[in-house]
Amino acid sequence: MTTTPGFPVPNRPEEGGSGPRRVWKGLPGYNVAFLDEVTKRMIRRTILKAVAIPGHQIPFASREMPLPYGWGTGGIQITASLLGPDDVLKVIDQGADDTTNAVSIRNFFRKTAGVATTTRTEDATVIQTRHRIPERPLREDQILVYQVPIPEPLRFIEPREEECRLVHAWADYGIMYVKLYEDVSRTGRIATTFDYPVLVNGRYVMSPSPIPKFDTPKMHRMPAVQLFGAGREKRIYAIPPYTDVKPLDFEDVPFEIEKWSQCCALCGATDHYLDEIVTDDAGGRLFVCSDTDACARRRAEAARGSSGNR
Amino acid sequence: MYVAAKGGEKAIGNAHRFLAERRRGDIRLPEVSVEQIREQLGLAVDRVMAEGSLYDRDLAALAVKQAQGDLVEAAFLLRAYRTTLPRFSPCPVLDTGRMRPLRRISAAYKDLPGGQVLGPTYDYSHRLLDFSLMEAQAAANVVYLVDKVGTLPSRMPRLTEILDSDGLVETPEPERDDEAAVPDITREPLEFPASRSARLQALARGDEGFLLGLAYSAQRGFGFQGHPFVGEIRMGYVPLEVEFPDESLKVRIGWILVTECVMLSRAVEAGACECGFVQGYGLVFGANERKAMAVALVDRALRSRELGEEVRYPAQDEEYVLRHCDNVESSGFVQHLKLPHYVDFQAELVHVRRVGKESEGGIDEGSSLAGSGQEGR
Repeated sequence: MTTTPGFPVPNRPEEGGSGPRRVWKGLPGYNVAFLDEVTKRMIRRTILKAVAIPGHQIPFASREMPLPYGWGTGGIQITASLLGPDDVLKVIDQGADDTTNAVSIRNFFRKTAGVATTTRTEDATVIQTRHRIPERPLREDQILVYQVPIPEPLRFIEPREEECRLVHAWADYGIMYVKLYEDVSRTGRIATTFDYPVLVNGRYVMSPSPIPKFDTPKMHRMPAVQLFGAGREKRIYAIPPYTDVKPLDFEDVPFEIEKWSQCCALCGATDHYLDEIVTDDAGGRLFVCSDTDACARRRAEAARGSSGNR
Repeated sequence: MYVAAKGGEKAIGNAHRFLAERRRGDIRLPEVSVEQIREQLGLAVDRVMAEGSLYDRDLAALAVKQAQGDLVEAAFLLRAYRTTLPRFSPCPVLDTGRMRPLRRISAAYKDLPGGQVLGPTYDYSHRLLDFSLMEAQAAANVVYLVDKVGTLPSRMPRLTEILDSDGLVETPEPERDDEAAVPDITREPLEFPASRSARLQALARGDEGFLLGLAYSAQRGFGFQGHPFVGEIRMGYVPLEVEFPDESLKVRIGWILVTECVMLSRAVEAGACECGFVQGYGLVFGANERKAMAVALVDRALRSRELGEEVRYPAQDEEYVLRHCDNVESSGFVQHLKLPHYVDFQAELVHVRRVGKESEGGIDEGSSLAGSGQEGR
């Protein structure tokens, strides 16, 4: 055994059964996926509670992780408590698999849990994300784990936790609508461009984490379960599959998403979220997909298509 | 020409190698050992143990070495290790009256049982650089006054025990009878209003600089109405015991070095307290008087609500203090701004450009919807 004596360790998966199963491999001196089993159980119980009350923030005894708070520790703890030996993990940051923090988190789980990783959205069983939802629709057998910096959607309106809890308890979200209205009266539109507040299951107003408005509609009735972890703020919340998620708006000022006049400069997609790249010092710009997997796949398909036609 | 930002993995590997090189510094000089740090940078080790909330001098010294002397980073390293350790049981309440003190002073009384013991303090040193330290000292010139715990007094009653009979100083009641039920903020989420035990735990591992600033602000009138007094400060070795559940047998498993501070101040509101003085309390790992005093002052300020005083300033505001005093949390979140935010910045850009165009006029709703502000390619 590579684990420290005294730690509860998970049962090894049964040999045989359906298909080949992978065996746990981890980091010497640490439990599999870093967290001890008691902590994982505590987190799983919190997740169950969160799934039972969609959009409601459940406090949990968040642990210090070997990565800094604010860098995805909430998502990492959820992922660590969910991963089994057969899981395949995808980690994205800003939609990309190769941003440094995504690389770092993926390495963390490769090292501590010996888990298989992928960049292909449809091959992953667990996808941990920061600031994006993959362009490719997710399935029922996938879990989307969000990293959340500030779980409280009311935080910048009312910083006090005790007050916010009352607002949620009474579902008295007037102050949120007032804030949105003030935006409209000043600029003619709602100024919130990411982390756009949503109403979950008709009950709780929830922070979708800082995903752009573009991604918000993807949360509505998503077949995959969506879990949100805020490590520093010590909160977990969830959206079960096929749950109603409605962005807050007004009848005369409806919610709308970002649109670009251009397509992706690499794959030509017109329906993906685009990042802007400054290409020279004369103000030249390019727009490319933020979802690197979706973009690469479109290019590969296009290449196959053209060679097939030949 | 767009170059895909691949290669994050390689860049991280190189960054780590570069960092290791910087840590080692000039290889013509001998490498500093963990033992040297433990023995010769003891106050740094103490601070790391306190903020890392793990009493282990060797691991704290290792963390100081690994973090190149960055004590906040070192505390983080220790915390991330601590979190993997199993918790056996709570220990019986530390009896700091049984401390073998290296130092003990009171500013409220000229003399008191046990006396004033100055101990190893910088208080009265003139802060002149001692250039003789540029050279290593010959071992023969180093004199040890106290080289064993055994030569220290075995018991020194605490000031509050002495004053108890007068009824002038409050005696805090235990919040719960069951010692095992004391909350552990590393195992349960901290919620508000927090118990005093939870608060003192959070302060004990809070950032020294942040707490010092808060204590100072309270002292300057942003929190206190009266003048607090140092009832007592003591620093020394306290026996740590464990209890066997079946046999109610207490066994000493070692000694830990702690600094304790009791601040006394008047209760402002009449009737808030039967006695004349209320306590602010601070206990931290290691020798760290500045921190222990700051904790005691902030604890007193945070008792405002309980004592019926008006809560007006940050130092009195429980949620403000406890949610922001942890440097592992604050350092992580402040520094997370270094992570890429392209997606969110792009969302803001789309919005700002659209609002800008509209205010210039001439853009109708339909075309503005389709524009990111960029002309076609």
